[in-house]
Amino acid sequence: MAGIPHDHYEPSSGFDKWLHKRLPIVSLAYDTLMIPTPKNLNWWWIWGIVLAFCLVLQIVTGIILVMHYTPHVDLAFASIEHIMRDVNGGFFLRYIHMNGASLFFVAVYIHMFRGLFYGSYKAPREVTWIIGMLIYLAMMATGFLGYVLPWGQMSFWGATVITGLFGAIPFIGDEIQTWLLGGPAVGNATLNRFFSLHYLLPFVIAALVAVHIWAFHTTGNNNPTGVEVRRGSKEEAKKDTLPFWPYFVIKDLFALAIVLLIFWAIVGFMPNYLGHPDNYIEANPLATPAHIVPEWYYLPFYAILRAFTADVWAVQLVSWITGGIIDAKFFGVLAMFGAIFVMALAPWLDTSSVRSGKYRPAFKWWFRLLIIDFIVLTWVGARDTNFPHDWISLIGATYWFAYFLIILPLLGVFEKPETPPATIEDDFKKHYPDAPSAAE
Amino acid sequence: MIRKLTLTAVTAVTLAFGGSAAVAAGEDGHIEDIAFSFEGPFGTYDQQQLQRGLKVYMDVCRACHGLQYVPLRTLTDLGYSEDEVRAFAADNFEIYEAETDEWRPALPRDNFPAVTGEGMGPDLSLMAKARAGFHGPAGTGLAQLFKGMGGPEYIANFLTGFTGEEREVAGQYLYENTAFDGGWVSMPPQLSDGLVEFDDGHANDAHHIAEDVAAFLMWTAEPKMMERKQVGFIGVTMLVILAALLYLTNKKLWAPHKYGKELDL
Ligand code: HEC
Repeated sequence: MAGIPHDHYEPSSGFDKWLHKRLPIVSLAYDTLMIPTPKNLNWWWIWGIVLAFCLVLQIVTGIILVMHYTPHVDLAFASIEHIMRDVNGGFFLRYIHMNGASLFFVAVYIHMFRGLFYGSYKAPREVTWIIGMLIYLAMMATGFLGYVLPWGQMSFWGATVITGLFGAIPFIGDEIQTWLLGGPAVGNATLNRFFSLHYLLPFVIAALVAVHIWAFHTTGNNNPTGVEVRRGSKEEAKKDTLPFWPYFVIKDLFALAIVLLIFWAIVGFMPNYLGHPDNYIEANPLATPAHIVPEWYYLPFYAILRAFTADVWAVQLVSWITGGIIDAKFFGVLAMFGAIFVMALAPWLDTSSVRSGKYRPAFKWWFRLLIIDFIVLTWVGARDTNFPHDWISLIGATYWFAYFLIILPLLGVFEKPETPPATIEDDFKKHYPDAPSAAE
Repeated sequence: MIRKLTLTAVTAVTLAFGGSAAVAAGEDGHIEDIAFSFEGPFGTYDQQQLQRGLKVYMDVCRACHGLQYVPLRTLTDLGYSEDEVRAFAADNFEIYEAETDEWRPALPRDNFPAVTGEGMGPDLSLMAKARAGFHGPAGTGLAQLFKGMGGPEYIANFLTGFTGEEREVAGQYLYENTAFDGGWVSMPPQLSDGLVEFDDGHANDAHHIAEDVAAFLMWTAEPKMMERKQVGFIGVTMLVILAALLYLTNKKLWAPHKYGKELDL
């Protein structure tokens, strides 16, 4: 792999040399594990490991759950109860898998906001960022598909509402929705294809994760200062970095243990806290729940979806210009996907010459407001749409777009950033004055 | 500009919290917290209470509600012997065998039967997990962190929440209930003081009967709760130890690079 200069793997034994000529797999593993990593990484950099762990956890528990689950509308709900009551440790597997999805999303959101604050998306890491967004989208799809499988009331009605979003596409919407569902409404065909895709997508995510890691191993990690590792020579690079193994592996594992501690307490003591009670009622196409609420991790974008109702002037304007082709419903759908899309565009919308938010006095405030916005949207996404929730959603959604489309581009022009430290070594020494000059 | 925006946000949030509290008071039922023995990380089921709850279910609720996901054999959890469970199953339930087209006495391997038909209520197997007594404040779910999800509380409050008012809507009788969302429910009031006599001589006013059957229904919904908490404790303890070890390893590992010296541990 290209990137920061470092010692490469030298095969030593005879077999090693033989294999290295044919398939340099040991070398690949070595270089991946020993990658020079900025030594000033702070605790916000631990979530990558948590995410990798989550993916493995979900795949492993998922594979075992599938051995006992039956994807059929008449049997699915009962098969979950079979897992909960009859399968050895089944209730644990299921609760881990259920809450594992939440942990996965907690981690991905912190990981994303970490990137947004420290400018990790900026050149030359745009590709890493884009791949990350694709992973996030695939996670959303996987989570949604998985939530349908227990065939509870929220499974059924959530699936109905979300596939209905595709039905909002002008002209071909109904056809697309029918095609997705495998019929005119959510039914057995839907459950079967969702099950199949829910099993497939995690492996797509795994592949994307490999590319994600490949990409940032090529550019090197970003770090809290946003200053690049010096790469004039190996010696210079060594002043700014330490190898990933063992320094960051142990640090990350420590953090992972703390995260899992909290996770395990939730699984053990309040496993249904993050779920919705209605999903313990078997799906019933004839009884619509009073409030259809998606899983918490979709709520911010669900709030944006619902924010743009027909009485918002922007919606009316667009509807008028397009001759009614883009109605309020489709506008909402576009806004929801648009909210994710603008995040993906961040590398090109951010015009600041300074990478890390640490040295951007105005940016810091707008960023904090974005975090608050995200939390408020999450909360309001689970509420009804009466006043004042409609207004809060609208203000929140507007700020979300304004942050990416207006504030990020303008800040780069108007803000006067502070000067970041010249090198990573300087930054490290500021925290640890006794640190020796060169690593080793 | 920032100030203005912040102000708007603050006002909006204040309005939201105030507003939704008012809405919540209007439409959702009122649920009193109950201190069940199985609450909190240390709580355990009280077998005597579960046995009383089973009796209430058999005497009262069974007429209209099934427990179709609950295997009869698991009644040993309540402290009954296998023979007692076998006798209980055979004495109380008949199972239709499609192959032989005959009814036979139930066996421990069968589940409680489902109950369906005109005027019958929903299956109660999972009811304690399918309702949440607590949501607030303002839909944040924070109350559940302290009081629990409130499923069994909901059931107990529901059973004792009838006001005695009734009305007829389109040929169907509805009964006013302070716990039920919307306030009117089609289930007639069931419990009254002294309705069920308990073998252990426990108090049998309506409130106690309601609590006992609510506890029993928590067990039907989450029979493995004790195992779950136990493994929860083992896991948390082991992770605390693991985290401590990793913390020290990490400290020692980094010391030469942070402080220019080895760390003695
Ligand atoms: C006469 C028949 C009958 C009996 C006996 C009966 N129920 Fe019900 N129950 C119903 C019906 C009908 C409903 C559906 C009410 C509705 O949704 O309007 C219901 C609903 C319920 C609900 C759900 C309320 C909700 O939130 O939707 C619970 C809990 C419940 N019953 C518990 C019990 C318990 C516990 C007993 C025994 C003490 C019992 N019922 C005895 C008929 C009965």
